Amino acid sequence: MLEIKNLNAGIEDKDILKGIDLKVNAGEVHAIMGPNGSGKSTLSSVVAGKEEYEVTGGDILFENESILELDAEERAHKGVFLSFQYPVEIPGVSVTNFIKTAINETRKAKGLEDMPASDMLKMIREKSELLEIDRKFLSRSLNEGFSGGEKKRNEIFQMAMLEPKLAILDETDSGLDIDALRIVSNGVNKLRSKDNAVIVITHYQRLLEYIVPDFVHVLVDGKIVKSGGKELALELEEKGYDWVKAELTA
Amino acid sequence: MAYTEDDLEKELATKEYKYGFYTDIESETFPNGLNEDVVRAISLKKGEPEWMTDWRIEAFRHWQTMEEPEWANVHYAKPDFQNISYYSAPSKKPKYDSLDEVDPELLDTFKRLGISLDEQKKLAGVAVDVVMDSVSVTTTFKKTLAEKGIIFCSISEAIKEHPELVKKYIGSVVPQKDNFYAALNSAVFSDGSFCYIPKGVRCPMELSTYFRINQAGTGQFERTLVVADAGSYVSYLEGCTAPSRDENQLHAAVVELIALDDAEIKYSTVQNWYPGNDQGKGGVYNFVTKRGLCEKNAKISWTQVETGSAVTWKYPSCILKGDNSIGEFYSIAVTNNFQQADTGTKMIHIGKNTKSTIISKGISAGQSQNSYRGLVQINSRAENARNFSQCDSLLMGNKCGAHTFPYIEAKNKTARVEHEATTSKIGEDQIFYCNQRGIDTEKAIALIVNGFSKEVLNKLPMEFAVEAQKLLEISLEGSVG
Repeated sequence: MLEIKNLNAGIEDKDILKGIDLKVNAGEVHAIMGPNGSGKSTLSSVVAGKEEYEVTGGDILFENESILELDAEERAHKGVFLSFQYPVEIPGVSVTNFIKTAINETRKAKGLEDMPASDMLKMIREKSELLEIDRKFLSRSLNEGFSGGEKKRNEIFQMAMLEPKLAILDETDSGLDIDALRIVSNGVNKLRSKDNAVIVITHYQRLLEYIVPDFVHVLVDGKIVKSGGKELALELEEKGYDWVKAELTA
Repeated sequence: MAYTEDDLEKELATKEYKYGFYTDIESETFPNGLNEDVVRAISLKKGEPEWMTDWRIEAFRHWQTMEEPEWANVHYAKPDFQNISYYSAPSKKPKYDSLDEVDPELLDTFKRLGISLDEQKKLAGVAVDVVMDSVSVTTTFKKTLAEKGIIFCSISEAIKEHPELVKKYIGSVVPQKDNFYAALNSAVFSDGSFCYIPKGVRCPMELSTYFRINQAGTGQFERTLVVADAGSYVSYLEGCTAPSRDENQLHAAVVELIALDDAEIKYSTVQNWYPGNDQGKGGVYNFVTKRGLCEKNAKISWTQVETGSAVTWKYPSCILKGDNSIGEFYSIAVTNNFQQADTGTKMIHIGKNTKSTIISKGISAGQSQNSYRGLVQINSRAENARNFSQCDSLLMGNKCGAHTFPYIEAKNKTARVEHEATTSKIGEDQIFYCNQRGIDTEKAIALIVNGFSKEVLNKLPMEFAVEAQKLLEISLEGSVG
């Protein structure tokens, strides 16, 4: 589904990603772990198409086609979803109105009519129940005054509504207490299928107890330095990132 | 004080008119220029009674002694008042045989706003009084209104048919000498609308006027007078669209509202005149005086969505004369490219227990300048007066400006005046967030702007709100980057 080949990228002359290779197939969950500043969030932004980042080498293939030249919204239309580490506030725009706009813009890009209001309402009802979201929450302004947990739950709600092929969860566990973490993780697990893939970006192993990955990659200084199964996450938790770094220099 | 109405009394040299002036009364458009003869000719052309002619002449004489105000935060080439034609009537036969002949750009604007000419006529429940080049062409739904005793017609017709009402109220809220543009308007107003709601009558439909400026070089001087008699209610909609134009056009309208005891007037405006091109060339100058008077327990609510014009100078105000009267002002002002807007309101609290609310949303993009200017005045006998003001500015890019000039004058200790102001900027992070969800940048901006303006959009009647949202989108197109 996603194939990243020798990806080099940076911002304002600063190289951040220095040759990333990663292949993600449908039905898989990949975890990308790494210390602060290793390039985890840059990787998610570059895949999602944030303009500030410049790709200086390599390629990103999505369903066997390069998406490097596509705008962020075009990538979204193809089914790439990014759950933000820090979701932004949009005052005066309700969660419902926002998701309705997102869905209809995506449909428009595919040459489809707007989703009928009754279908939209039905879908909103189903997905909010799935994610244990109070419907009153949906009429509030997007992320305005939301707690950390509410913001992340809202991200997962949007993911549920948009039904992406590839979901990248950028530090979804940050700012969550244990209950919120459980609810968010349950939501993600319910949305997993053989047809979609998930990339979980995290600093800690904790989230991976809930969203169990098939593969774990360790990102250090813009490169994936180690890959393995879910047990690698435990090993990292125990030994710390210095262990990987030490292994590298050895 | 800088903010009061223009009351400068300097003499203007008028000797340059020594060649006299000839006006061909038969022509459909007067030659350029302005003097007493032109004022008389306008009055004559419209078949007005003598008192109206005299009223105009009085205004004109005073206007000659006045100077164009300069206190507003706008900069523009002063119009040459001798280079404007002050009267233009539409030809009697239909201008076009089919829609194909109409300026495609105008049609496009209508289409994008969802108000094609056909649709416009059919707008359910909305009486449309189209003012095309200064003279009312059509007035519909008159019969339904007449059954309730409601008068809704052009001001010219009202002067002839209902002179007692016009004579009593015209200039009672905005006197001839009020300010430079109001004086000019009083002298040369071409046409406009008149509305009277009898005692205790609730107007059964939204009264609507679509204004258009259609003929190059023709100044527009609309005069609107709305009188709501005791215990009555009316909602009045004023909407404007205009095709693109290369030269500057002057528009100096006057709107007077009179809400007698226990009456309520809701006055909504969507203004979308040609703002000039993206280089700042052309565009309408919009210098408008709008004011309402509230008697006891009366309420006047102004709602405006201002997206057009190159230069806007406009302060819809309320004089809260009667005890317990209420004034409201809800405004969205959008400026893009090189547009300049200096707009706001005045709430003059005279009666006891008077209340006013001001919600102003300014959106600036491109290299535009957007100013809110407001006065809250609590007079000495206005016991327990209350005001709440909220002024929010939204900036797009680094080259535009947002300014707030709130003036508060409280002469009564029991007054309670609150003022809140915020300034925010559409961030790249907000745009990227929307992009990532499949919403392109233009649509993202529209979404953010609509969210920002929601409190005011919600105050508009339903069909107008939809139109206004689309207008906001169109106005900000190309403002990204």
